[in-house]
Amino acid sequence: MADDMKNTGNARKEWLSLMASAPEAAMMSLWNAVADRPSFEWLRAPEVGGAMVRGRMGGSGAPFNLGEMTVTRCSLVLTDGTVGHGYVQGRSKPKVEAAALIDALMQTDAAEHVQSQVLDPLAVQIRTTKQNRAAKAAATKVEFFTMVRGED
Amino acid sequence: MYVAVKGGEKAIDNAHAWLAEERRGDTSVAELSVAQIREQLSLAVNRVMTEGSLFDPDLAALAIKQSRGDLIEAVFLIRAYRTTLPRFGATLPVDTGGMACDRRISATFKDAPGGQVLGPTFDYTHRLLDFKLAAEGEVVPVETGAPRCGPTPHITEFLQGEDIIQREPESDAVPGDLTREPMEFPSNRALRLQSLTRGDEGFILGMAYSTQRGYARNHAFVGELRIGKVPVEMEIPELGFAIEIGELELTECETVNQFQGSKTEPPQFTRGYGLVFGQSERKSIAMALVDRALRWKELGEDNLGAAAQDEEFVLSHSDNIQATGFLEHIKLPHYVDFQSELELVRKLRREAEERLKGEFTAQEAAE
Repeated sequence: MADDMKNTGNARKEWLSLMASAPEAAMMSLWNAVADRPSFEWLRAPEVGGAMVRGRMGGSGAPFNLGEMTVTRCSLVLTDGTVGHGYVQGRSKPKVEAAALIDALMQTDAAEHVQSQVLDPLAVQIRTTKQNRAAKAAATKVEFFTMVRGED
Repeated sequence: MYVAVKGGEKAIDNAHAWLAEERRGDTSVAELSVAQIREQLSLAVNRVMTEGSLFDPDLAALAIKQSRGDLIEAVFLIRAYRTTLPRFGATLPVDTGGMACDRRISATFKDAPGGQVLGPTFDYTHRLLDFKLAAEGEVVPVETGAPRCGPTPHITEFLQGEDIIQREPESDAVPGDLTREPMEFPSNRALRLQSLTRGDEGFILGMAYSTQRGYARNHAFVGELRIGKVPVEMEIPELGFAIEIGELELTECETVNQFQGSKTEPPQFTRGYGLVFGQSERKSIAMALVDRALRWKELGEDNLGAAAQDEEFVLSHSDNIQATGFLEHIKLPHYVDFQSELELVRKLRREAEERLKGEFTAQEAAE
């Protein structure tokens, strides 16, 4: 049954957030390697929609509508009654189904297994990609030097 | 009299089939994949996402392929698709201060904390055609440095410390949405920014350029330009808390404008703001200049009668889908309209000729 401690707060937010923007190929290949797939029923079948993205004037002021992004969501329930929700960027129904199943499993005894087989390696891959980009950006940082001109 | 005109179905079908063939081009040349367009024409993809007002690089790439590279046609396809999507909600405002910056430059502060990071830029290239790209060139490995992963603070924050730049009023007011409510004038800054960000890049660029050339001059410096990724969070009702629903690449431009003060405001720096999807710095700078020009009223500046100060002019003409729809509809059949025009002009011509003839006969008789 669902572990109430894991069901609330930051841990759940963290894994759902990780999956939302994770590259689909990377996430699915990790997920496909997990042998045990629980059976489930849809509470809400995968559905493609949009979310209106907001920005702030001057980066810090009042909100304004910037434009929309595509989002796919679904909800499902495992046979033991655990409910999983999936929200992922883009339009992939297989990915959102995997996200909701992982969300549900993370509230069960399988949590540790899913964490170590899917979420942890996925987080490492994403972190590496980000660091590689940051390293390339760092190489384009301007190092100024001052040329001394004039007599003194 | 109303004359219903039918026909042309066969011609239309054949025209569309030919369009598909022309789109494919010479079949001895490899076909472009959507992934190739997404990866290798990414700035076109960014423009289509920004003006189509929908962040989805795969869809934008597909639209570019379908439209044969006509970006306004591609924007049209994205706008049409967008209207079919149920809206799940609005996100929390993105925190651009927390951006993982690929590029971050300031024209006003050389030694900004975090530094001047050029990123993958066209700046300082010689704009000479690179014939190596026409051959199959290999990609040279990119240099790397020690990555800096902390947040990069906005440069305007440093000016705020001195209280010499206008502060953005803090607010969480729900902004109006021009995709739900038709624009009304006078408008407000939230709606203006929404309209400018999805406006045509060429039009916004032209408007911005007009302010630099002296029409409503407001002397902008690029205080900061940054490009990078930000996470997007949304409140999820079924969870009861906000989660990240994705990550967007954005370009943000903050201009710092010299301001002499007005009847209502002390001398200080004022701000213009540009924020767009993807890497699109020309558009974001142009947006910031036009945003600043349109703020004349709230800053107590004079209306100089410049086009860029006239929000009705700017916002009513910046949308390339509205503009092209109205412009291009005049090529579609107007047979009945034109028939009545033809009748009218013939009648006027006849009357004019008869009048002339009458005058001529009268003159002859007088002689």
